[in-house]
Parts: sequence; C-alpha cells; structure tokens
Amino acid sequence: MIKKIRILIAKPGLDGHDRGAKYVARALKDAGYEVIYTGIRQTPEAIVRTAIQEDVDFIGLSLLSGAHNELFPKVVKLLKNQGADDVVVFGGGIIPESDIPFLKANGIRAIFTSGTPIKDIINFIQSCK
Amino acid sequence: MATDKRFLKKLRDWEATTLKSVTDRFPERATKFTTGSWIEAERVALPESSDFESYLEKSGMPGEYPFTRGIQPNMYRGRLWTMRQYAGFGTAEESNERYKYLLAQGQTGLSIAFDLPTQIGYDSDYPAAEGEVGKVGVAIDTLQDMEILFDNIPLDQVSTSMTINAPAAILLAMYVAVADKQGIARNKLNGTLQNDILKEYIARGTYIFPPEPSLKLTTDIFEYCSREVPRFNSISISGYHIREAGATAVQEIAFTLANGIEYVKAALQAGLQLDSFADRLSFFFNAHNDLLEEVAKFRAARRIWAKLMKQKFHAANPKAMMLRFHTQTAGSTLTAQQPDNNIVRVTIQTLAAVLGGTQSLHTNSRDEALNLPTADSVRIALRTQQIVAHESGVTQTVDPLGGSYYIENLTDKIEAEVWQYLDKIEALGGMIRAIEQGYVQKEIQNSAYHYQQEIETGKRIVVGVNKYTLPDSAPISSPPVNPQLSKIQIAKLSKIKQQRDNLRVTATLKELRQTVKERDKNLMPDILAAVKEYASLGEICNVLRKEFGEYHESVIL
Repeated sequence: MIKKIRILIAKPGLDGHDRGAKYVARALKDAGYEVIYTGIRQTPEAIVRTAIQEDVDFIGLSLLSGAHNELFPKVVKLLKNQGADDVVVFGGGIIPESDIPFLKANGIRAIFTSGTPIKDIINFIQSCK
Repeated sequence: MATDKRFLKKLRDWEATTLKSVTDRFPERATKFTTGSWIEAERVALPESSDFESYLEKSGMPGEYPFTRGIQPNMYRGRLWTMRQYAGFGTAEESNERYKYLLAQGQTGLSIAFDLPTQIGYDSDYPAAEGEVGKVGVAIDTLQDMEILFDNIPLDQVSTSMTINAPAAILLAMYVAVADKQGIARNKLNGTLQNDILKEYIARGTYIFPPEPSLKLTTDIFEYCSREVPRFNSISISGYHIREAGATAVQEIAFTLANGIEYVKAALQAGLQLDSFADRLSFFFNAHNDLLEEVAKFRAARRIWAKLMKQKFHAANPKAMMLRFHTQTAGSTLTAQQPDNNIVRVTIQTLAAVLGGTQSLHTNSRDEALNLPTADSVRIALRTQQIVAHESGVTQTVDPLGGSYYIENLTDKIEAEVWQYLDKIEALGGMIRAIEQGYVQKEIQNSAYHYQQEIETGKRIVVGVNKYTLPDSAPISSPPVNPQLSKIQIAKLSKIKQQRDNLRVTATLKELRQTVKERDKNLMPDILAAVKEYASLGEICNVLRKEFGEYHESVIL
C-alpha cells in the first residue's frame, strides 16, 4: 500500500487570521491528502515537533501579520537541525512580492498569496513527489 | 411575502403573462438568485402590507423604537458619521506622526491599532514576540509609550477608539493616566474600547484568559467607565472579525448580538444596573460588496437589538435600545490582483455602511491584500468617504432605501434567520457554551468553505481573480517596517525598567494580585496604580495569567 501524503498546516507567530489556513487544510483533505492543522499561535519549535511526531511530508505555513521573514526561515532551520530537511515547506498569507525571493532563498519552496486557486497548491504538492 | 391576497393574485397573473413573454425568449441567467448569504432574492418584492400599524411596528420613525430606520431622527442631515481610519505601526513616535497627519487631512477620530504582542499581553522582549513587534500596529509596553503616542494630541479634542480586548483594562488605564498627566478631566474623554473577548475565541484569536475571568474584566470596565469616564463606549461588540472569518451577513449579526446578550447577562449578574451601562454598549460591523443585503443587514440588526433590550431585558431608557455601530469595509474582499480595483469595492462598501446608517467608518486601503498600506493609499481610502459624504447625495435624507420593497423584504428575512440562530444558541445554553462546543466556529467555517468553493468553481465571480485576469499586476511598493524596530523598542523598555521606582512597581503588582484573589473587587483602580508606576503590560498580564490561567483553543476543522 502506498503511504498517503501527509501535510501539516500550521500558524506560526501570534496572528489569529486562520480562515485561509483552515480553508487550505479542508480543501487538501477533500483532495485526498492526510491533513493535520495546528491551530493558531504556534512557535516554530512546536510546529517542527508536531511535524516530526506526525511524520509529515509537507508543512504549509500561513501568516498574515508580517512576521514571515523571521518565522518561516526559522521553521526550515529547525527542521534541518533535527535532520528532517526532507520535509517540504511552503507558505501563504499576506506576503509582499518583494519578500518572496528572500523566503525562497531560505528554503521555503513555494509561496501562495491571496487569490491562489487550490489546484495550484495541489499541483505543487504533486510536482514534489 | 405579500399577505394581501390581491397582491398575490396580481403577482401570479404578472408571472403568467408579462414575465413569461420575456423569459420564454430570454431565459434568466440562473434558475435561482441569492444574496451573499444565499437568501433567495425575490424577483420583485411586494409590500407586505400598507397597514399603518404594521409600518410603525416594523420600521417606525427614525430615532424611535425599533430604530430600523436609524438611531437619530435626522441622521446625516444633522452630522456626518465619524471618519475614523484604523492606524498604527512601529514605535509610538511613528504612529503619533501618522495620527497627526490623518487629523490634518480632515479625519475626525483616532483609531489605534496595537501590535500583536500588545494585544496578547506580551512585552516586546518576550521570545514569542519575535518578528511581530510593531508589525500590525504600534508596540506599547509601558505608560511611556502611550504618553509618546498622544504627544501633542489633547485628549479632550479627539475621540479615540482602541482595538484592544484581552488586556483592555490595562490600555484603558494607560489612556486615563495620559489624560491625568495632560490635565484633562476624565469625564471629557471620548472614545471606544473594543473590550469584546467572546469574538476573540470565535474568530480573532487574541485571547489570553479563559471566558469566566475575561468576562469579569469586561464588566469591571463597564462599571469603571460608567463611574469615571462616562462618555467612553465601554465595549464595541464586534461582528467584523466574525464576518472576516467567513460568516455570512446573517451569521455576523446573529453571533454578534448573541455575544451582546452574554455581556448584558454578565453585567447584570455582576450587580450592575441595566441603565448604568446599556447605553454605552456599541457595536462594530463589516460592510461587504453585496450592497443591498448589507443595507438590510444593518437595518435588521437595529430592529432586533431594540427588541431584545426592550422585551428580554426590559430596558426603560430608549438609548439603551439603540444599536450604535462602527463599520469597517471588508478586508477579505480585497484582492491582491489588480489592487486599484479595490478602490471601487471600498466605494460600494462605503455606500452600504452609509445607506445602512453607520455612526463611524473605516475604509480599507487598496493595497492591504499585499502589505501595510502606503500613505497614498490611506489618503485615497479617506477621500472615498469624503466623496460619498459630500458628493453622492445619499446623506440628504434618512434611510434612503427604507420602503424599497426589496430592502424591507430582505430586512425581514434576515431578521427571521437571526432569531432562529438566537433561539438555537439559547437552546445550547448560551454563547459561551456554543463557543466551547465549537458550534459557532463550525457554522462560520462551513460558510467560509462554501464561499471559497464557489470562487474555485467560478460560480462566484471575483473580478481580476477568477475572471478578467491579467498576467501580472504591477505591485505597489510598500514602506518596509524599520528592521531595527524590535531592538529600539526592547532598548526603550529596558531603560524604563531601570529608571522607574521598582519597589513601587513590585508593591502595586502585589496589591493587584491580592485584589484579584478577593474576586469581587473591581480591578481597575489597582491596574491604574500599577500603570502609573510604569509597570509594563506584560508584567501586569503575568499577574493576571497566574491567577486566571490561560485559554487554549480547541482546534476544530
């Protein structure tokens, strides 16, 4: 039996805007993936701990407060420290265009900003496997 | 729908002849038309009755029960709404500059945005505050920041709205302390404290303590305000964030009014007299693109609240029955694609708020789906209000859409659906139980999912997103937040911690802890005493955390 792709949708930082994260989590679940959602106000450490415990293949980070440049790379770094850098990290939220090159250079594989159709995220996930 | 049989017969005849002759040749665009809340839109709504008694019962005269047509008899013929742009970022110095700019541009009230650490009761040097200091609002650690924030802004000349909830008591204390220092009498202070914790559990997320002690803080503030700052709105019961989380217009009103009921009950239980606080309750709603449904929504909300206050809580003072509200245009409708289109959306939403009779309004900036707004974008947003106010003509008469068959029909339908929700929530044991069981969150999530699916499938068109798209929109360049900000703020905090009288700080915090333990005493005086000694927000919240415990969300998907 082929293992189902497992995805952790996570809300790092103090931001409470979870509409997008919850939508993506539910839509990916409907698309046949196994999805875990952390809830809001998670530290990067807690997210990485959950990711390793749950043995996920992907982490989707959602943030609308502007702290992405600090918090997204931190998740990637912590994964690497734990030897879990095979986990693919992507992100979404209110992310200015000008920040995207920095995030990609720091190991965030894709950024999906407001208005992205869910099929773009699914295509990305499929292209990684 | 029409009760008079003559109307019904006329309608059927019309459908069989005049309408049919057209639809046989040109079918309608859909088999069913709905509003944004999926209420069926009548093709043509007819008057339910031309009966005078019924008009008085449902609409009444503006400024009279049930206030459907507005809370003032002459609405904007008397005074325009307060134009109040929510703003704040970076340090207190930077935000102070922005406020003075906005006041110079003709804005008539201030609305303070605090950063997330402040909203969750953490100081800027708290580890989990990393990356968040000064981002979505201004960072406030001690009274010193608040003094800088209002430097050269005399507090008796402005009305100030503060979006602060879990630590509302502390920020109110800081505001009062600044007024004391400016030599301004407390009873001259005008403004609004958001102070609405229930919607934080439902939708917004900046809770600290569990519901029960949180509601004690809420009612302490009610009592303190009625005694010390009587012109302050002691709460702004907010549907805005509930709607942003994906609720329909009906759910926005239902859940907000249900929260309102809970606050009234809590205050009565705490021994307050209804008439001492009920006229200082205010509300905060969202204005979406669905213009006519939004107008009907505001009218229905006024009618339902008036009925609740009169019939359920037996208010005697008409002011206690009036639903006064602030509006903000809908952030969730802004698109990152072709951002200038958002100016048009905000214009429609402004009209919705004004035709719905709002008391104050914030208009969003075109670039907020991309980044913090630029000064240019903020000015256009303010100008949008000014154009509607001075050029559109909709301010010339009261409740311009009242009596429209469609609007009255929709107002009734929204009201009926809201009562169903209120009954359901009461059956669940009230709003706190409904939130704890995840009922409210689940209802909102289902609506959000349904809405997004309609966009995905193209059933719902969003211009520039799933239709009329362009390959790439030119991004608006945003001002970067000062990267040194966090360091500057932390340095300021550690300096004040050295300069203040630390023995006094410890003593006032200890007194606060003692008062919390006594349970039935109002905490405001002790909080004010600690604030005046420059105890930090985080230090005061830590005392409360220790005594009250912390709330943890139950994740519902």
